[in-house]
Amino acid sequence: MLNWPNLVSQFFNGLALGAVLALISSGLTIIYGTLGVLNLAHGAMFMLGGYAGYVVWAATGSFLLAVLGGSIFVGVVGLFIELVVIRRFYGRPPEDQILVTFGIGIVIVELVRLAFGSLSVTVPTPPILSGVMHLGFLFYPTYRIAVLVIAVLALGVLYIILYRTRLGLIVRAGIEDSGMVSILGINVYRVFLLVFGIGAMAAGFAGIIHAPVVAPTPDVGATILVETFVVVVIGGIGSFPGAVLGGLISGEILSLTSAIDPAYSEVMLFVVMTLVLMLRPEGLLGVRGRA
Amino acid sequence: MSRLARRFWPEAATAIGLIIAPYVLPSLGFAPDTVSRIVMWGLFGIGFDILFGYTGLLSFGQSAFFGTGGFVAAYLLTNNIISSVMLALVIGTVGAMVAGVLVGVIALRRTGIYFAMITVAIAEVFFFLENSPLSDYTGGENGLPGVPAPVFSIAGHTWQVTTGWSMYAFIAICFFVGIVIARAIIHSSVGAIFVAIRENPTRVQALGHSVWLYKLAAFVIASAYAGFAGGLLGILQGYMPPDAFTFDTSGQLVMQTVIGGAGTLFGPLFGAAVWLYLRDFLQGPVGLGAAWQLALGLIFVLLVIFLRRGLIGGVADLLARRRPHAEPPEESAVIDTTSSLATVGPTARQRQPGTAEGAPILETRNLTKRYGGLFANKGIAFQVMEGELRGVIGPNGAGKSTFFKMLTCEVHPTEGQIMFNGRDITGMDVSRVCQLGLTKSYQINQLFNRLTVRQNIEIAVLATRRGRFRLDLLRPLHRVPGLATQVQQTLELVRLTLRADVPVADLAYGEKRRLEIGLALASSPTLLLLDEPLAGMSPRERVETVQMLRNVSRGRTMIVIEHDMDAMFELAERITVLHEGQFLAEGTPAEIQRNAFVQEAYLGGVAAA
Repeated sequence: MLNWPNLVSQFFNGLALGAVLALISSGLTIIYGTLGVLNLAHGAMFMLGGYAGYVVWAATGSFLLAVLGGSIFVGVVGLFIELVVIRRFYGRPPEDQILVTFGIGIVIVELVRLAFGSLSVTVPTPPILSGVMHLGFLFYPTYRIAVLVIAVLALGVLYIILYRTRLGLIVRAGIEDSGMVSILGINVYRVFLLVFGIGAMAAGFAGIIHAPVVAPTPDVGATILVETFVVVVIGGIGSFPGAVLGGLISGEILSLTSAIDPAYSEVMLFVVMTLVLMLRPEGLLGVRGRA
Repeated sequence: MSRLARRFWPEAATAIGLIIAPYVLPSLGFAPDTVSRIVMWGLFGIGFDILFGYTGLLSFGQSAFFGTGGFVAAYLLTNNIISSVMLALVIGTVGAMVAGVLVGVIALRRTGIYFAMITVAIAEVFFFLENSPLSDYTGGENGLPGVPAPVFSIAGHTWQVTTGWSMYAFIAICFFVGIVIARAIIHSSVGAIFVAIRENPTRVQALGHSVWLYKLAAFVIASAYAGFAGGLLGILQGYMPPDAFTFDTSGQLVMQTVIGGAGTLFGPLFGAAVWLYLRDFLQGPVGLGAAWQLALGLIFVLLVIFLRRGLIGGVADLLARRRPHAEPPEESAVIDTTSSLATVGPTARQRQPGTAEGAPILETRNLTKRYGGLFANKGIAFQVMEGELRGVIGPNGAGKSTFFKMLTCEVHPTEGQIMFNGRDITGMDVSRVCQLGLTKSYQINQLFNRLTVRQNIEIAVLATRRGRFRLDLLRPLHRVPGLATQVQQTLELVRLTLRADVPVADLAYGEKRRLEIGLALASSPTLLLLDEPLAGMSPRERVETVQMLRNVSRGRTMIVIEHDMDAMFELAERITVLHEGQFLAEGTPAEIQRNAFVQEAYLGGVAAA
């Protein structure tokens, strides 16, 4: 029903979803910006985060350990994929890179399906963060607010890595001109490896913190991947601020349209993406030239 | 083999293969229904292969058109709006093409990975539309049951298509027609331009073709095949399923095409055969159950890593390795000036009426290009008379290449005006400028590397023969009037006749440079710009090329950028000097050599001191 409390609560939902989307998209976008590879397995990384977290939670009962263990595991998987497969593809056309990451995504999804079946697994909300909060005129689930806070903190960590460390400086320089960076005598392959790991970890982290909200299934990654694409198209691929802005915009569009008619939320998202493409093809915060 | 046999043996082989398939495949464990599905996917894939394998556009959104065609046809048939199955299929195909135009207009605004991402996103929207807002028409999650099979009445005989091999026969006929049309497209001018776009879209545009419209054409052709195949899916199953619209459909199509081999038209068919056979085989006899998709995923990843050209490409490479062929001899660029051939060649176009004799063919006013705070060019006023051979020199970073890029409209000026033949071309598209008769050869070769020398030149000539865009899809390339002659003349002019059928990648560097100039020449320009034509050539090649340029310049206006001063002073009638983005001096070679400002610019003030 369309009334004030409902709209405000959908607005908060949008913020939480937007922050999660921003987190996943920044992983995709820094990988693309630095390595020049569009990672179609990124949705699978998100999904894998949920399952890895579930396994740790089932073994230890601790949500904190689940978040740590789950995201580290996905990060390691990312490192492994870069070393074994992606590294062979830097010199090949973008289409080949898209195809191979698409294939990797399928392999990951099917491995998870083999191990856990097609049905969803449930990761409960950690007890401290369960229940509802009273926000003046509306009651709102505490965990959703926690998701928002955690995702914003994670984005803050990514920001510090990108803008306050030597690695971040190299990554940002690489986004501007990757050829120049390698000329400067920096071992780009080690940077590529790290960035792919960090990007995968961001997706995995998002996967586990989102798991109590929407229970993970092997196929959840495909939907998330499409939404991530819209986010980076809106924000401008390769741009970290673009991913954050695009994520928030997309989250709000999805949530607010749902308040009116859920059937149209994805359609609305697409309409906005089309508008951005028409008016500013390089994305809101994107730079002309790249891509 | 005769020419006809060479051209049409794949069609003949397809017909034979489709006819014997029902007699051979069952003994390999294929059920009739599986074979029909393979052929349906193969037909779907033909269009996708034209888009991806030939034109180089990787779309992950073909499900949108597959679903659209399928649901339009199924809706018309199940609601008894149309009784003819064939007519419903055609309307469904047209519906898919309309969707293709709409989606293409949006998605083709971007290239590469953006294109892939946008197609994914748009296809997802089609799925959502089918599922909720349009569910009154599409049945939503239930799809549309009860799609009838066609009945044909020919001369009193009635053929009722049912299940099994009868359904196969119907779909096989559709596939055959599909492959005949697709091969005709590939052998047309449009097909040649598709492949050139895959290799180097920027150059295709610079040669005077509208890359955007050709890409849209490829996109719509792919949607037509997808739409028709979607209609067949409903007929084949007697039911139109909503999962036709899912991302998995698009993904499966991409994987099948890559497994079979992209850029072959038959790749998707073989890929589908492998896919569906493995699905049945791995789930059944091997007992992998649901893990069959994992196995397929692994096979796919390994193929992309190690055998990118797929099964067909792999077999073709094996055959090619067994049959080494002799390299044709290299050809000298030296031109026998006594031969009449040296002076013919693609003639310059007639001068536009309305230009007075002695008027400048090209004029720039206050031409300025700024990048942020940096002026690459500033306030350049420049005039070239018809028939002139002008040199442009200047130290590195003087802004010569930027100046040329503005003249051909590859880069648009921040300020100022460019007049060509009395016409303002400022801000015009590079392909239109080329069509007007102004073109350029590049400092760094911009060739179609996997095509032969002849095919390269054909792309350039086609723009002069057919304009920016033309959809002569079914006319064979060799039927384009005047094409062969003009290609031959250009080959002779740049001395590559004996190397005509060698792929560019196998050429020596000097030959590539000559072809680069040849591409520009083949556009029959009235004004030809040459950006460092001698760059990287050996001393002997330089002498030969200067000789060639001198011949080429007869009856043409040319502007040449060159660092080789000796060549420049020998070749050019007048020379313009640029320095730090601005006009510095102009005059005859002798005047320029004496000019104190020029000496200072080159020697950094030493001469003046």
